Amino acid sequence: MALGVGVPLAFLAVFFALPVAGMLGRGLFADGPFIDVLLRPRTLRLIGLTLAQAGIAAVVCVLVGLPIAHVLYRLRFRGRAIVRALVIVPFVLPTVVVGVAFRTLLREGGILGFLGLDATFPAILLALVFFNIAVVVRTVGGTWEGLDTRQEDAARVLGASPRRVFLTITLARLAPSIVAAASIVFLFCSTAFGVVLVLGGTRFGTIETEIWLLTTQFLDLRAASVLSIAQLVVVTGMLLLAARARGRSTAQRRVGAASSARAPRRGDILPIVATIVTALLLALPIVALLVRSLQSSEGWGLHNYAALGTTGARNALAVPVWTALGNSLSIAVLATLIAVFIGLLACLALSRTPRTARGRRALEFFDGALMLPLGVSAVTVGFGFLITLNQPPLDLRSSFILVPIAQALVALPLVVRTVLPVLRGIDPRLRESAAVLGSAPWRVLRDVDLAIAARPVLAASGLAFAVALGEFGATTFLSRPDRPTLPVVIYRLIGLPGGDNFGMAIAASVVLAAVTVLVIALVERLRVGTIGAF
Amino acid sequence: MPAQGGILKQFPCPEKGHIVQKIIPVALAATLLLAGCAAPAVEGTPSKLVLVTHDSFNLSEGTLAKFTASTGIEVEVQAAGDAGELVNKLVLTKDSPLGDVVFGIDNTFASRAVSEGVLENYVSPDLTEAESQYLLPDDQGGEQLTPIDNGDVCINVDHEWFAEAGLDEPVTLDDLRKPEYKNLLVAPAANSSSPGLAFLLATIAAKGDGWQDYWQALVENGVKIDAGWSDAYYVDFSGPSSEGDRPLVVSYASSPPFEVQDDGTVPTGALLDTCFRQTEYAGVIAGTQYPKEAGQLVDFLFSTVVQNDIPENMYVFPVNAAATLPDGWSDYAKIAENPFVVSPAEIDANREQWLTEWAAIATP
Repeated sequence: MALGVGVPLAFLAVFFALPVAGMLGRGLFADGPFIDVLLRPRTLRLIGLTLAQAGIAAVVCVLVGLPIAHVLYRLRFRGRAIVRALVIVPFVLPTVVVGVAFRTLLREGGILGFLGLDATFPAILLALVFFNIAVVVRTVGGTWEGLDTRQEDAARVLGASPRRVFLTITLARLAPSIVAAASIVFLFCSTAFGVVLVLGGTRFGTIETEIWLLTTQFLDLRAASVLSIAQLVVVTGMLLLAARARGRSTAQRRVGAASSARAPRRGDILPIVATIVTALLLALPIVALLVRSLQSSEGWGLHNYAALGTTGARNALAVPVWTALGNSLSIAVLATLIAVFIGLLACLALSRTPRTARGRRALEFFDGALMLPLGVSAVTVGFGFLITLNQPPLDLRSSFILVPIAQALVALPLVVRTVLPVLRGIDPRLRESAAVLGSAPWRVLRDVDLAIAARPVLAASGLAFAVALGEFGATTFLSRPDRPTLPVVIYRLIGLPGGDNFGMAIAASVVLAAVTVLVIALVERLRVGTIGAF
Repeated sequence: MPAQGGILKQFPCPEKGHIVQKIIPVALAATLLLAGCAAPAVEGTPSKLVLVTHDSFNLSEGTLAKFTASTGIEVEVQAAGDAGELVNKLVLTKDSPLGDVVFGIDNTFASRAVSEGVLENYVSPDLTEAESQYLLPDDQGGEQLTPIDNGDVCINVDHEWFAEAGLDEPVTLDDLRKPEYKNLLVAPAANSSSPGLAFLLATIAAKGDGWQDYWQALVENGVKIDAGWSDAYYVDFSGPSSEGDRPLVVSYASSPPFEVQDDGTVPTGALLDTCFRQTEYAGVIAGTQYPKEAGQLVDFLFSTVVQNDIPENMYVFPVNAAATLPDGWSDYAKIAENPFVVSPAEIDANREQWLTEWAAIATP
């Protein structure tokens, strides 16, 4: 318990709280009053826009994601593993590439130009949903898959209609993971940066884009600090709401229960149709990218892919794209290990119910603290690293290890929100009986908690890996030029003129997506074999 | 380099050259004085120097190794974002410097770097009169920053589009607001893109106090503002490697060579009367333990070893008059004869206000 709270807290204190406090300190002790910053019409408008786009995107993601989670995690059909892996593709694509792909479709004269969405608020929302739907599908799906269906079965036998069963039993039991997924989507969207700028045509900003502008361009740390605090307040408020809505789940599951997935029935038609429609919409920008990746100055073909072994036209890159992919993979593995290790420790602590009210409140605080890194500006954290991690024993700011650590910070909340609902759903009597029957505490942990958590931990690892692989904001801030990651290289290529550099950037994005699908598909396969083998 | 993550620069007024020439000896004298009393200097030769630079820094493999070969000192490169982030990071870490030498401070951020005191007084003694035109005014970096390269941000034009449309290409900034060019221009935003800011500065230099009216006219004439260079160039521009239908885009003077076809046709060009010049500088970071060796590295960046390597790797022009340009550069990559100029101090003093006013007009 102490370990479970202590290690994650220490990690957050050093790599999150310290840097953020450092930056806030610089800003707040600067001259001048800061309440005026907060009351500027522009600031208020940005706070409103941030809340609106993150809130709407989270709701839409849940509405669209639930049917998909049902189809992909409750029904059994051929090719399910592949579709599950494909759903995560948007999540890892570099925002700048997706931005260009979206705008190519939406601009006047583009395939979807007739919708008139270019540089509008709905375009931003579409893109945010595109990126984050995987969070809902995987977070909720992971829980749904492991739900003990006996309650539903009983209700059906007693004559309840499928809709009534879904609304009164299934939905209620999924609620904690739905809230968890929605809050993660909200956090991701409230700190979205590139996609908001590219698709909004700079007309729409968020607190995040403003912090970036104030910090990197104007060096107005006072205003940036005020906005960082506004961001913290918004995020904390949202987390409190989410914690209240989530309550303490009782969605119980069986140890080592085989997947309760079944063959599709007639009643599944609605979610299946919804899934197919959504999948087609998700596929549109991806197919556009695929098609573009096959075009080069040499005509149609694999020229762009062949170029990935080079450093691009006129030495565009310091290393070939494949080398960057290697860097990305090794860094992402490290980040995943860190995130899963710390996340699991935290989950084990969080899944216990302290006896005292104060203990429970402390645990809730701890839970919220774990989520904060998602909701705080990468710019603030990144600059904070520079000014706080600059002395022994923490002279890390130019160290390579900061890259996987920064990625792990982003992945950690996903791990916690995926695994925790499951651990909380364990009937405490299970542990008690194991203890009564003579199991040592470590054995209870292994044979009850970890055995049940095995599936969601794997799901979380996949998600964490995908986040780490696609992470750009913090990575570009910290990565060493001689060890660039794939997203960093893609960003560089797309920043250069010339059709072949652009083609290479698109091809590299396709490779990034393909590698992610492959890894996720492998994890899916692994999951079956690992149940109960911990 | 002219990637969108790049660099904004401007140019010290060429007509001030005579003043600038006086600066060199003054700067050198100041350097010598400072070198004598710089406290943190450490005896002995370092095994490594850290070169802090922007994301777009790139040299051929083995170029930096030549510095190691002649001095025994290795160079570790640390990238620190775009030009603005680079300077801001140096300011924030003044108490414990990120490295020994900085490369990539441009004329739009030079003034901030100097006034915040993040640089030692050092200008490479290898500069000759030929390069003195690139030196900054003496209270705005002339004593701290050695010019390394420069490049122009200009309107790029799709020759094929205008030929097909039977329309004359625009030539000047004023042409852009004529009705025949309505809805033809796309530009990256000045507040989220460095070429975007460079173009805004070009218009401010050209129009003075009338720049807001000029932008109002551009907006009424249908200019499209994108967030970044990439989506302006690749999504909305009509050039051969782009998807869009607008034949005018704000990009770099060095962009057209990238579009040259295998048969030698040159489908795009730069409008050389619309350019803003960005110059990039190197300097010794204040607080380095090895000011002498750091100075040697600045000299090395200015030497023809690096200067000859710059065009092919960073797509900008070397400032060293003795440097040689790669084949083809003189044919395709043009330089503006009279680029627009705004003084670094003026840029630094007005950046926030200009960008706020610009945003109100261009992205309501």
